[in-house]
Amino acid sequence: MRQKSIKKILISGNEAIAEGAIRAGCTFYAGYPITPQNELIGYMAEHMQDRGGVFIQAESEVAAINMVYGAAATGVRAMTSSSSPGVSLKQEGISYIAGAELPVVIVNIMRGGPGLGNIWPGQSDYFQATRGGGHGDYRCIVLAPANVQECYDMMILAFNLADQYRNPVLILGDAMLGQMMEPLNTSTKFVIKNVDKSWALTGCKDRKPNIVKSFYMVKGDLEKFNLKLQKKYEALQAKEERWEEFLVKDAKLVLVAYGSMARIAKAAVKTLRLKGKKVGLIRPITLWPFPKQAFKKPKDKYLVVEMSYGQLIEDVKLSLSVNAQVGFIGRAGGGFPSEEEIIVKANKLYNG
Amino acid sequence: MTKSIIIAGSGGQGIMLIGKVLAQAAMDDAKFVTWLPAYGAEVRGGTAHCMVIISDAEIGSPCVEKADVIIAMNQLSFNKFKNQLNEKGILIVNSSLAKVNSETKALKFPFTEIAINLGNIKVANMVALGALLGKKKIVPVKNIVNIIKQMAPADRPELITVNQAALNKGLEL
Repeated sequence: MRQKSIKKILISGNEAIAEGAIRAGCTFYAGYPITPQNELIGYMAEHMQDRGGVFIQAESEVAAINMVYGAAATGVRAMTSSSSPGVSLKQEGISYIAGAELPVVIVNIMRGGPGLGNIWPGQSDYFQATRGGGHGDYRCIVLAPANVQECYDMMILAFNLADQYRNPVLILGDAMLGQMMEPLNTSTKFVIKNVDKSWALTGCKDRKPNIVKSFYMVKGDLEKFNLKLQKKYEALQAKEERWEEFLVKDAKLVLVAYGSMARIAKAAVKTLRLKGKKVGLIRPITLWPFPKQAFKKPKDKYLVVEMSYGQLIEDVKLSLSVNAQVGFIGRAGGGFPSEEEIIVKANKLYNG
Repeated sequence: MTKSIIIAGSGGQGIMLIGKVLAQAAMDDAKFVTWLPAYGAEVRGGTAHCMVIISDAEIGSPCVEKADVIIAMNQLSFNKFKNQLNEKGILIVNSSLAKVNSETKALKFPFTEIAINLGNIKVANMVALGALLGKKKIVPVKNIVNIIKQMAPADRPELITVNQAALNKGLEL
């Protein structure tokens, strides 16, 4: 199969995210350098100003997330990016942003952890991303691209969802996806959905002042606010689940993987199919809200494939209403399950 | 058909660049392609390598375990990658900077020496790329020539000439 001859550019996932953000109307970016997402901040440094935006290399990750907090409060499309240790530093700010119900996009190009870890790919921040990450009962919308084209295309979705739900959106990628170059087609037109931002702090001449805060001292107010958040999260779970299915219909065994891990799982599925094995793949695209509907008609067997030690598997198990057999293969700290390793594990589960 | 290539050398040898040139030439040929860089925390003097996969179909992992082609531009890279070649693969070694042990089958060319003779040591990478394309028609040579023309800064046309000369020298090897 040949790709159609649309004019394409060769670009890394990091750069595709940056370009996608600019085209999606991001006019404020603040960040602090960290490998393996430096091509992203580098691209922003080079292009933001020329294209009508603001670029700030902040003095720290904490400063960057709070600058984005402030920018979003004025109603502009604002973004920051980092990699695992840097995103941990941002958690206080993300909690405040969720509490103030501000639309912000945060990119995490994950590396090996815990601690300072290393600069190789990992998916070990899954729990941090999907369970809130900072203090308080909040959720970020989490999107997981799996190729360079998606890194780009997902940015308009990220900013539109952030605005629509007044909620932080996290793009969860990894070092492999961020560093890898692939052909990118930028001809798709991004439609920026303009939503009412009458809550924004734009100067209160001739109107009542707006207040953006996450602080509720009157007894009962914070509980009321939390219930409002929960309603929003229920709406998100009902309307915004996204996933991709590949050869699932007749499958006896379904692999579950996201991001760059899903590419390798998909390659394993293709090889197994050539050998007559009825194997498919479910690739969650929204990690939160987790695509529970994809597991509504359970298969006999699942195999969860992660660059972490049993995080995604919890959501798969929580989504299954019956007792299906759920196998697991995962590596972390820079290693990832190879196609061959996945095939061996899948065959065992399939035949067992 | 899928071809996986590892290009390795030391920081500063233009390893990443010829990987990108190769990847872009494949993209211009309407192929699926991935380019994945890998380098240690060190840059100058350390080893740098990139992995390129060119295919007629969607690519899974951009990481190459067993390569169809390995280009090793220095000794460290040769030592590190010589065992990652698949059975029918070809190993191309820069004999100016690497000694090949007798039990390893490799195509040896003095890329650095050739580049010095062309008047610019930096084009050793392009000689190597030419040598590869002379042995295996992975991408059309005319695509590489076009990319060299696009990449060279407008005020330095001599870079086009020397890189083209390097490519041609490689093709003749």
